[in-house]
Amino acid sequence: MFDFLTEYDVLGAFWVTVQLTVYSAIGSLIWGTILAGMRVSPVPVMRAFGTAYVNTVRNIPLTLIIIAMSLGLYQTLNVALAGDTITTTNFRLAILGFVLYTSTFVCESLRSGINTVPVGQAEAARALGLGFGQVLRMIVLPQAFRSVIGPLTSVLIALTKNTTVASTIGVAEASLLMSEMIENESDVIGLVFMTFAMGFVILTLPVGLLLGRVAKKAAVKR
Amino acid sequence: MSTEASGSGGASTATPPMIKAASVDKYFGDLHVLKNIDIEVPRGQVVVVLGPSGSGKSTLCRAINRLEPVDSGTIEVDGEPLPAEGKALAALRADVGMVFQQFNLFAHKSIVENVTLGPVKVRKVSQSEARTTAMELLERVGIADQADKYPAQLSGGQQQRAAIARALAMKPKVMLFDEPTSALDPEMVQEVLDTMTSLADEGMTMVVVTHEMGFARRAAHRVLFMADGEVVEDSTPGDFFSDPKTDRAKDFLGKILTH
Repeated sequence: MFDFLTEYDVLGAFWVTVQLTVYSAIGSLIWGTILAGMRVSPVPVMRAFGTAYVNTVRNIPLTLIIIAMSLGLYQTLNVALAGDTITTTNFRLAILGFVLYTSTFVCESLRSGINTVPVGQAEAARALGLGFGQVLRMIVLPQAFRSVIGPLTSVLIALTKNTTVASTIGVAEASLLMSEMIENESDVIGLVFMTFAMGFVILTLPVGLLLGRVAKKAAVKR
Repeated sequence: MSTEASGSGGASTATPPMIKAASVDKYFGDLHVLKNIDIEVPRGQVVVVLGPSGSGKSTLCRAINRLEPVDSGTIEVDGEPLPAEGKALAALRADVGMVFQQFNLFAHKSIVENVTLGPVKVRKVSQSEARTTAMELLERVGIADQADKYPAQLSGGQQQRAAIARALAMKPKVMLFDEPTSALDPEMVQEVLDTMTSLADEGMTMVVVTHEMGFARRAAHRVLFMADGEVVEDSTPGDFFSDPKTDRAKDFLGKILTH
């Protein structure tokens, strides 16, 4: 019944999806944490930038951001992110777009996590002579992260599925292959859908279960 | 404000007082919480700050290391005026130990990590040296066997003693106690007070905001009585408890000493 699959590299396409997800997740986590730091910083300019960035970027449709990466950054400004072929350039541009977008959700999750850390924790750290950056890095963020593993899991799962948008600039991930197969295998269209739906569930379900356990284990006891 | 006796303690003219507050005012919105406070705490003096709740005693204590910035007036610690928020202030705070009502031990770190964090990250002491010192301090406050547990696994009294060890690990010049026993179950108050008394006996300069009259009588050199943001009485514990000068102090003592 699934004979048609032998003619396509479904695993290869999902491997691209996994790579997009992993690189974007790492980038979003880093940039999102920096943004969250800015949003709680005592420096007004940083706070203003963080707030403006988050409120602008998270309200732009992801498709628009990804297309802007290709049309704006690459084709107009010639930013190729050191990619030597159009394939690697588009792959990297897509990751940049996902990082810019997903980091806003990471930032906001983390900020709500920061609010769960009692003020006294930061006060005690300041009273020891730690500076703002040290207090954030050593005391507040470690506790904030542990309390938002759940929400961050949702962000990660959303990111996994959002990577399908990369097909709009020709990145050969799972959904691009799906479009191709829908055209070529129109007689088994249901099976094609099922294959890809299953593929995404296989990617995201274990991640959710695993991080659910991690969240329970890492929770800070007060 | 009226000041009675200046209290005991070895105030010498050559060295600056450990803490000096001059014409300090602080507002929370419209509420005037500190009214023109002038105090000097000489080295080695143990000052207990008493007063009804809302009298500004905690705010005064927190103002000394600028956890609460004041609106006007100056505060000096060891002759240095409190700098604005930044590196210099962090350096000054490192020399001022603080113990909080809610302990505020770092919840994600073990007890010994709580104690070593400051010395390692602020004083740049090596991890092994910091650990040795930390274990000595934990031994001294009687919870060395709890060193690898997390704060939530300890009783309130043990947590507060760990918090005292954490502050002492920085080798502070002065220790501030902001109602250190107010969040404790009654049977745990004594163990914390004993730790504080031994610290006082060793000559540490201490400012203690508390409701523990026994501690004030036993360990304090000087009592400041605050009401409505003002220092109303400034005397020795003996004088304050046996012969309060103001009606407000008499009223306060009447309320707490009768039960």
